Amino acid sequence: MGLALLGTLEQGLVYGLMSLGVYITFRILDFPDLTVDGSFPLGAAVAAAGLVGGLHPALALGLAALAGAGAGAVTGVLHTRLRISGLLSGILTMTALYSINLRVMGGRPNVPLLRVVNLFDLVVDWGIDRRWAAVLVFFVFCLIGKLALDWFLHSQVGLAMRATGDNEQMLRSLGGSTDTMKLLGLTLANGFVGLSGGLVAAYQGFADVNLGQGMIVSGLASVIIGEVLIRPQTVYAATLGAVIGSIVYRLVIFIALRVGLAPTDLKLVTALLVVVALSGSNLRDILSKTKLARMAEGSAGNAEG
Amino acid sequence: MRKVQIVALVLAVVASFIPGVWAQESFRIGIAQITEHPALDAARAGFIDGMEELGYVAGENVQYDLYSAQGDMSIAQTIAQKLVIDDVDLILAIATPMAQTVANATDSIPILFTAVTDPVVAGLVDSIEEPGGNVTGTSDLTPVAEQLDLLAKLVPKAKRLGIVYNPGEANSVVQVDIAKAKAKELGLTVVEATANNSGAVFQAAQSLIGRVDAIYVPTDNTVASAMESLAVVAKHSKIPVVAGENDMARRGGLATLSIDYYELGLQTAKMAAKILQGQPPHSLPVEYTESESLLINLEMAREIGFTFPQEIMDAADEIIE
Repeated sequence: MGLALLGTLEQGLVYGLMSLGVYITFRILDFPDLTVDGSFPLGAAVAAAGLVGGLHPALALGLAALAGAGAGAVTGVLHTRLRISGLLSGILTMTALYSINLRVMGGRPNVPLLRVVNLFDLVVDWGIDRRWAAVLVFFVFCLIGKLALDWFLHSQVGLAMRATGDNEQMLRSLGGSTDTMKLLGLTLANGFVGLSGGLVAAYQGFADVNLGQGMIVSGLASVIIGEVLIRPQTVYAATLGAVIGSIVYRLVIFIALRVGLAPTDLKLVTALLVVVALSGSNLRDILSKTKLARMAEGSAGNAEG
Repeated sequence: MRKVQIVALVLAVVASFIPGVWAQESFRIGIAQITEHPALDAARAGFIDGMEELGYVAGENVQYDLYSAQGDMSIAQTIAQKLVIDDVDLILAIATPMAQTVANATDSIPILFTAVTDPVVAGLVDSIEEPGGNVTGTSDLTPVAEQLDLLAKLVPKAKRLGIVYNPGEANSVVQVDIAKAKAKELGLTVVEATANNSGAVFQAAQSLIGRVDAIYVPTDNTVASAMESLAVVAKHSKIPVVAGENDMARRGGLATLSIDYYELGLQTAKMAAKILQGQPPHSLPVEYTESESLLINLEMAREIGFTFPQEIMDAADEIIE
């Protein structure tokens, strides 16, 4: 039991960093950023290339975050300078990254890290039990990521960024540049995503060019699940929601696997479970409405009769 | 209401830990597949049938937990963790990323892989002869060099060879590297056409029209998914195609000298039986399949106006009419 929750927690936290990135673009900037499906494997590829090349894990992960940020900046430039629509900018970057990721990994689609010293070994060297190493590392990363993002979003620049997503007209009338804010936001968001990708490569034992498949979907689902569960009124609560949502999403997948249906139905079951998790309040409204409607019909019928 | 949802989730989780009814004297085998397609499904079916032949009958003395990650590698990780938590007796991991994920998740549960082209490059084993850890299995490396020999025999006048594959598939890259070396030996100039998804295969194949005399396709999952669109191009431009494996050759190739994934599964089952009887994985070298069969597709030959030499007709193990 504990082990299952531990595994879910590990995954929830490591992908939680990616959810924080998705939260920045989708909720703060109101920008549909699909760069994620490319910047995630980019982070994995850079970290893997670094680790195989003998870099210190901390340096390899730093480079992964930087690479992700660079990818976000490219999307930002396509959108703000070349005036390509937001959705298409992300798609173009993601498409280009497929080739770039292959280049980063030396022309190979898959780089194994099963026999490379990694980050978790370092923590074990400090006397931490191997079983708790991953969850501890991811918790620290996630906590620092969340707190740093909270701090940033309450800074002058962060406030302007929030205004960009809320009300572009207002920010412009105050003399702010929404383009600069979008560029910065996309860079920051994909930095989180790249770091998450690097950590996942170290955690899962390999980098693969197809690692990003389904990433944006899970990021979105995590952010939205977090919103439903937490109902955030503040930025602090919203960033917490993104991480909690990520953990719950991984729990949902675990349950979907546990249910023991045909393996081919996994994605359907996952989607349905997310729908159930999300529809709580709406479902209640619908039920009460139909009840009311039925009662109204009933009373009307009685009146006629 | 939110509380209700959380309680429901927690209940669902708790319920999921109630042990099943499988506490009898029987083995529990987890089978984890990265995605579904004919070759991988055939390997799985071969494994289960092979186990039955060896006396391990599903539902009697062996229980299978079947999983597919449906292409999502983060789900592959969840599957690996679940198999480790359930402490199954043996894990069969189908295809490279799945095998890597499972191998990374446990160093105590015995792991067998299949449909992995180069387990050393994938970091799964120390060497083919001495795997060294808790992981061994069967490779699906096809006889690429022999397949090109076959191509040279079928199209002796060929000078330029097209190869269609997805550079994002580790197994394909291994095969294409072998094919390029062999093509050089045969004096063929290689023209590569890459497709990153099954939708792009048609265009990749079209790009070769007029530039090549024959096409070779390795056992690439992406091309396999879209073999029919390659067939359309081949028929239209009368280009002979030699495919990496039977299923692809049936669906649009002219011929193949192939391994059989079902046979590969049968072979993997023999290794599984040894492990269940107590042999450690590191004592079992990685195995390659001995089953090579020549398949020729007469229907395709008619379409492109090709006549097989008699010696090839005589040697064929399977003929598609």
